[in-house]
Formats: sequence, structure tokens, C-alpha cells
Amino acid sequence: MTSLAWGVHDAWVVTLRHLRHIPRVPQLLFFSAIQPVLFLLLFSYVFSGSIHVPGIDYKVFMVPGTFIQTMAFAAAATSVGLADDLQKGFIDRFRSLPMARSAVLVGRIVSDATRNLLVILIMATAAHLIGFRFVTGVLPALAGLGLLMLFSFAFSCIGAAIGLAVRKPEAAQMAATFWMFPMIFASSAFVPLATLPGWMRVWAEYSPVTATVDALRALFFGYGDPTRPVLIGLAWYVALAAICLPLAVRSYRRAAM
Amino acid sequence: MNAVETTGLVKRYGAATALRELDLAVPQGSVLGLLGPNGAGKTTTVRILTTLLEPDAGTARVAGYDVVREADRVRRVIGLSGQYAAVDENLTGRENLVLFGRLHRMRAKAARARAGELLERIGLAEAADRVVKTYSGGMRRRLDLAASLVIKPRVLFLDEPTTGLDPRGRREIWDLVRDLVADGATLLLTTQYLEEADALADDILILDRGQVIAHGTPDVLKAKVGGERIELTAPDRAELARAAEVLASVADGPVEVRTESGTVTAPVTGGVHAVAKAAGELAAAGVVANDLALRRPTLDEVFLTLTGLVPAADEPPR
Ligand SMILES: Nc1ncnc2c1ncn2[C@@H]1O[C@H](COP(=O)(O)OP(=O)(O)OP(=O)(O)O)[C@@H](O)[C@H]1O
Ligand SMILES: [Mg+2]
Repeated sequence: MTSLAWGVHDAWVVTLRHLRHIPRVPQLLFFSAIQPVLFLLLFSYVFSGSIHVPGIDYKVFMVPGTFIQTMAFAAAATSVGLADDLQKGFIDRFRSLPMARSAVLVGRIVSDATRNLLVILIMATAAHLIGFRFVTGVLPALAGLGLLMLFSFAFSCIGAAIGLAVRKPEAAQMAATFWMFPMIFASSAFVPLATLPGWMRVWAEYSPVTATVDALRALFFGYGDPTRPVLIGLAWYVALAAICLPLAVRSYRRAAM
Repeated sequence: MNAVETTGLVKRYGAATALRELDLAVPQGSVLGLLGPNGAGKTTTVRILTTLLEPDAGTARVAGYDVVREADRVRRVIGLSGQYAAVDENLTGRENLVLFGRLHRMRAKAARARAGELLERIGLAEAADRVVKTYSGGMRRRLDLAASLVIKPRVLFLDEPTTGLDPRGRREIWDLVRDLVADGATLLLTTQYLEEADALADDILILDRGQVIAHGTPDVLKAKVGGERIELTAPDRAELARAAEVLASVADGPVEVRTESGTVTAPVTGGVHAVAKAAGELAAAGVVANDLALRRPTLDEVFLTLTGLVPAADEPPR
């Protein structure tokens, strides 16, 4: 087999390790879903009275925003998980094996993205209660979910780079989350872009969060045109992965120093 | 041929130097015990030899391969069980072993077969399908050891394999290690216990602050600090003198009387048999003793002796 094929093999074996944890520790999935679901319900009832978006019920408008928020915060799980593996000596063991240097990272990121997808499906079910529907058909809905997975993958890459750089689970948790709120609120996740102050809009226009949320709104319930946000989003995912994954692999190689 | 060989290994962490020009050699099929207190550089040595860490100077070869330039080759022939058990708590024992087998790029079927074989061998066949979370410390340690054996490594590295285990757990690990060595593996083992190195190693290297301060077979090293001895406590001077006289007949070195502490020490060989013999003769002579015990040199004594802080038992006090 070629080294690329072995790399995929190794990453798959690691992915399976993490996927096994999901049924083994179901509380984890439950609790990682319950907070976003509560958030979804609270937000929609609290703000739908005061925020008005032209042409759509605010409750439905903000649903993709909560999806993205959940995915972004889940990146902290990648951070903490890797820092934890590092601290417990697990990474040392992996590094003493003849396996691909990227496999531990890719395996974790892929499995985290998969778990996040399960959380999103749970959230989508809850969102049904407040009127959210996939109204554009199967293909656009699947495309939207695929985009969400890519977003999750890209943010997990950031999380991985942070986790392996700071090395301590507690510090990883902090370092991977403190910039999340500004990141998420300076976007179209919960309000229309036009209502943001001008200086913030300069960034928000091009933010990966705005791009993904706008694309999801278009793909899930036909609010706006998907082309531009999908393209900006894809550019972000590729760029983030291309920067963060090599950084993370570099820290991984040096993990014992 | 040497399965492990280093020359002039140096490792610095910032301003601190963890290894200062370490030279060591482990002949194929033998066991080297790397003995040293906290911070001596044991883990650092193991990490360099297992390709986890690059030395700042010097070279190291494992199974003939350079650990820096041919790291991937080295990884294919070694097994490592680190200082802390690195097994996945949320997987079963079997799943853990299969995982590591697969990452060694064994086929799924071969990995499963090997896992079953190892679980049997380490006495975890019953617990094989329970999650590791439910294992005791000793069970985890054994599983961790098994994880380093999935490929039948040519060179095995065990970093403090019994630290934190109770005596029974320690025995179990020792038996397992003896088994492995009987199969012809080369082993480098680190430990803080002289007793452990004594039980398992052919050769011992004592490390202190990154330097080798002694090297030799267990017997040679123990002889340096006086080996095992009988210690007797008696109620008064007269009894002490009589006890010393009796013990001289079982001792294989000069008997020492310490009146201020009321003890007699006599170097012996033969362990408990020597104690039994001494007890018999003391009884026959009607000596009154408060306490009679066999003492072995502890790691502390070896260190203190080797670093010249305390005179060896068979040297006159300075
Ligand atoms: N990552 C690190 N950064 C800085 N200093 C380190 C690092 N790792 C080890 N050291 C230092 O290097 C020295 C040797 O450490 P090492 O872990 O090799 O000792 P050891 O013999 O394994 O000790 P122990 O019995 O405590 O496991 C110590 O002084 C330690 O403080
Ligand atoms: Mg150590």
C-alpha cells in the first residue's frame, strides 16, 4: 500500500476508536446535545418578540445560527480531547508506533465531526417544534449538512492546533472557547447583517460563520441565494484546514519536547 | 551484537540538563535495568530510544537503526510501555489491544487473534470484554504491558512498570517480564527499586542527575554496598557481645557491634536461610535478642554509598 493509503487506514482505525466511545458513554452525547437544544428553544422564544427579520419568522431564521454555534463550540472538545490524550501518555504511545503522523489528528477530527452531526440531527428534531423544516428538498438539505460537517472539520482543526499547543486540558478548554462568542456574534448567526454596526460588518461580511449560516438558510429553507456564501465558506474551510492541520501535526511530532 | 547502544547522549530542557553524555549498551537478548531516583533521566532516556524525543547531542541505535534518522524503522521493531498506563478507559481490554495491533498495521484478523492470545497470557481473558474503566491499577498496567507486545517486539522498553502497584501486582508483572525475556526479547527496564532490577536485570546501570554513577551486574553492585545482612537488637552490652560471637559463625564478613543503638549487624549470603541458621544458633547458645531481621541494601543506601555520602557497611567509618 502507498503511504497515503496507509495514512487513510490509520486515520480510520483512530476514527473507529472514538466512534466506539459514543455508545459507550451515551451521557456525553446527551449532554452535548441538551445545552444546544435548550439554547435553541430559549433563544427563539426570548428574542422572536423583539427581533424582526424581513420575510421570515425569526424563530426559523436563527436555527442555523444555533447549529453553527454548536459546531464551533464543539471544536473545544477536539482541543480538550487531544490535550487529554497528551497528558495521559496516549500520544506518546501513538508516536512510538509506525503509524502515519497525521492519523491521530485526522481520526479525532473526523469522529468529532460525526458526533457533532448527531447533535445537529437531535437539534433539528427539536427545531421542528418551533417551526423549522427542511423545505427545499433532499439534495439541498444534504448539501447543507455536508457544509456543516466541513465547518465542523475546519473548526476542529483550529481546536486541534490549540489543544496540542497548550497541552493541558483545562487550558485547552479556555483557549479554544474565549474567542468563540465574538466570532459567532459578529456575524449573521442571530441577527441580519444590516443591523450590525458598520465597523463590525466589515469583518462579518466575510466571516466563515456568516458564510456558513447564510448558505444553510438558503439550502435548508430557501432564504437567499446559496452560491456566494457556499463559495466563501468553502474557501474558509480549505484555508483553515491548510493552516491549522500542519501546525497541529507539527506540535504532534514534537509532543514530547 | 548490541540491541541498544548509545554514545554521548545529551538532552537539555532549557537551562536544565537531563542527560549528560550517556553511554549505554544492551546486548541482544539481555535485560538492562536503568535505576535511578526521581529526575535521574530514566524517562528521558527511554523517550529518546523510542523516537519520542530527539537528543541534543550523541547518537543512539536500537536494533541497529539510528533513532533519529531511521525512526520509522525503529518504531516497527520496538514495544513501549510508558511510565503511566496509556490505555483507553472507554474501550475494553480487547478493543485496546486490537486498536494497537491495527495501528501496527496488522490485518484485522491477525490483530484480533494476537489480542486474544495476549489477554490469555496476562490473565485478563475473563475481563477482556469489560471496559478498562472497571480495571484495577494492576490490571491496567498488565494491559499496558500487553499493548507494547502486540508485534512481538525485538526490543522492549518498560518505564517503571511496577510503580504504584501493590506487592502482588508487582509479582505478576515480574512473572510476565520473565516470560518475555525467556522468549529472547531484549529489554530495557527503568525502576526506582533495586529489588526489581535485581529480580529482572542481567545488568544494572545506576543513573543520577543524567549521569551513570555505577554499572555492573546486580551482585557486583550489591557487593559494593555490602549486600544483605542480619541485624539483631539485644537488651544489653553483655548480650550484644555474645550475639556478635554467635553471628560471626554465620557471617561472611566482619560483624559490627553498635553499642549506642544496641544492634549487631552481620553480612550474610543465603537470605532467609542465613536468618534461620542464625536463629537456631542464637537459641542454642541461649542469647536473648529483642529482634532479628534480614536487611537488604535499599536504593537509598546504594545511592548514598555510591555518591560517597555514607561509608559502605564494610568500610571503617571516616
Ligand atoms: N518536558 C520537560 N521540560 C523540562 N524539564 C524536563 C522535562 N522532562 C523532564 N525534565 C527534567 O529532566 C530531568 C530528568 O527527567 P526524567 O523524567 O527523565 O527523570 P526520571 O528519571 O524519569 O524521573 P522519575 O522517576 O520522576 O520518572 C528532570 O530534572 C526533569 O525535571
Ligand atoms: Mg520517569
